[in-house]
Amino acid sequence: MNELLTLTGLGLFSMIAEIFNFRKAIFPVIVLGLLGLLGLCYMDWGSYNSTVTHFSMMKVDNFSIAFTSVLTATALFWFMMSRSFFEDQTSMSDHFSLVLFALTGAFCLTSFTNITMLFLGVEVLSLPVYVLTGSRKRDVASNEASFKYFLMGSFASAVFLFGTAFIYGATGSFNLENIATYLSTQPQLSPLFLVGLLLMLSAMAFKVGAAPFHFWTPDVYEGAPTIVTAFMSTIVKTAAVAAFFRLFYLSFSGIHGEYADIIWAMAALTMVVGNVIAAAQNNVKRILAYSSVGHAGFMLITILVMNDFAAKSLLYYTAAYSAAGIAAFLVLYLVGSANNGETPLNAFDGLVKRNPIMAGTMTMALLSMAGIPPLAGFFAKYFIFVSAVENGYIGLVVIAILSSLVGVYYYFKIIIAMFFGKPDNLPTYFLTPIHRFLLLFVAAIIVLTGLFPDFVMGLMTI
Amino acid sequence: MELIPGISTEHYIFLSVVLFCIGAFGVMYRKNAIIVFMCIELMLNAVNLLLVAFSRQWNGADAQVFVFFVMAVAAAEVAVGLAILMMIYRNTGTTDINVLNKLKG
Repeated sequence: MNELLTLTGLGLFSMIAEIFNFRKAIFPVIVLGLLGLLGLCYMDWGSYNSTVTHFSMMKVDNFSIAFTSVLTATALFWFMMSRSFFEDQTSMSDHFSLVLFALTGAFCLTSFTNITMLFLGVEVLSLPVYVLTGSRKRDVASNEASFKYFLMGSFASAVFLFGTAFIYGATGSFNLENIATYLSTQPQLSPLFLVGLLLMLSAMAFKVGAAPFHFWTPDVYEGAPTIVTAFMSTIVKTAAVAAFFRLFYLSFSGIHGEYADIIWAMAALTMVVGNVIAAAQNNVKRILAYSSVGHAGFMLITILVMNDFAAKSLLYYTAAYSAAGIAAFLVLYLVGSANNGETPLNAFDGLVKRNPIMAGTMTMALLSMAGIPPLAGFFAKYFIFVSAVENGYIGLVVIAILSSLVGVYYYFKIIIAMFFGKPDNLPTYFLTPIHRFLLLFVAAIIVLTGLFPDFVMGLMTI
Repeated sequence: MELIPGISTEHYIFLSVVLFCIGAFGVMYRKNAIIVFMCIELMLNAVNLLLVAFSRQWNGADAQVFVFFVMAVAAAEVAVGLAILMMIYRNTGTTDINVLNKLKG
């Protein structure tokens, strides 16, 4: 619970700091606060009494602390990468407070035990991100992305609420434990409940950007400022997938057979659609947007398997993907800001000669996303595949492996451009110390979590 | 439990499904962004109606409390949505959503 208060307090501080002329203090205070938050997570780890709930709304258990730690660490990196953008181009304090409030929502999404809290978490996470997406006010692409995201997001929220209402109608409760108890005592599920389940499933699929509800993702990711795209594809995605997993783990795991086929088909479709369309793109930002759709497909496999090992592998996958995402989007941002915001593939030509650190980290991040051993992304995929094979989803694993082979193709397209392209008339880059540190640090994380996967997996016990 | 004699929970379910569908089709087929916002509101209010009807059926207050959350969030959503729409209107001079077709591929 202290985590929630810390985040809200930081958000409020950041919002009012400018009034009292503390503008210079905002960034250091946020960094210290997030480090403190990581410390709080460390202290709460395992010591929480998992039967204690906050008014039966939230329960801070190991699942929630583990995902909160990943989210906080990602947010820390994100603040380090985005400082210059917000200082130069927008008003810093309101944007930072919006991000911190979005993180508050993300925390609710990892620790809810009640559908009310899930709904509030989704909204508290989404509303600031709608605004952030449109933060380049004069840019029509940014406006369009913001409007599309808002429209699709509120449509999905309405569908989610409609599903919630039906589930309440069938079970008489919003509490996930009561719903699970109801399901275990009911020999025959009422049609009301099934309709509600289907609506909720589609709304959650929408929030994580899974096919066939992925159509908003590429447009929104492309139109938003690159810094905000990084936020959406790492923190928002991690929080949404964690919420999806937690909802189904806590309440619907008893009727796994009713929805397993739907999630199977959704995961397969998402992986294929995301990776195949990404291979046909020429804009690097759009490639990364479609690849993030593909990654959502891999994450959905854990929701299909739905056991403790799947939760661990989801944590590992989101951590590996967030680290690679931060690195890739930071390089994309630096390349784009020297090129009028455009990021075509040929802007990356010969990047290794122009700035070896950027090219090296980008290569590391892309190889990790593609799943090349021994980087983090390989083991992330490996653990998910192992858990799927153990539970008999061999067909799905075959589809997953084939689509990650397609992934290797388009990730290598960027890497080849960076190493073998001709850098004619393209600028060289000078990194600020904070960006250089961040690039090297994230590259080290990608390598180290790949070399010691057991360490990360051992951290998590539900 | 019937609030009005002769009208059972099923009637409320049918009514809110119809309202929800009108809203959903409006979001998909109307071209004016303001009308689209109104349709989203209609969907949310269909949900509210359904929640209150079920709350009456189960004789519990928690769904009614949920309705307050939905109303608060809907207000916040409209505030953000109209701000985004203002931004678009300043840049393009129209609220027709067909002008928003720059991003594709």
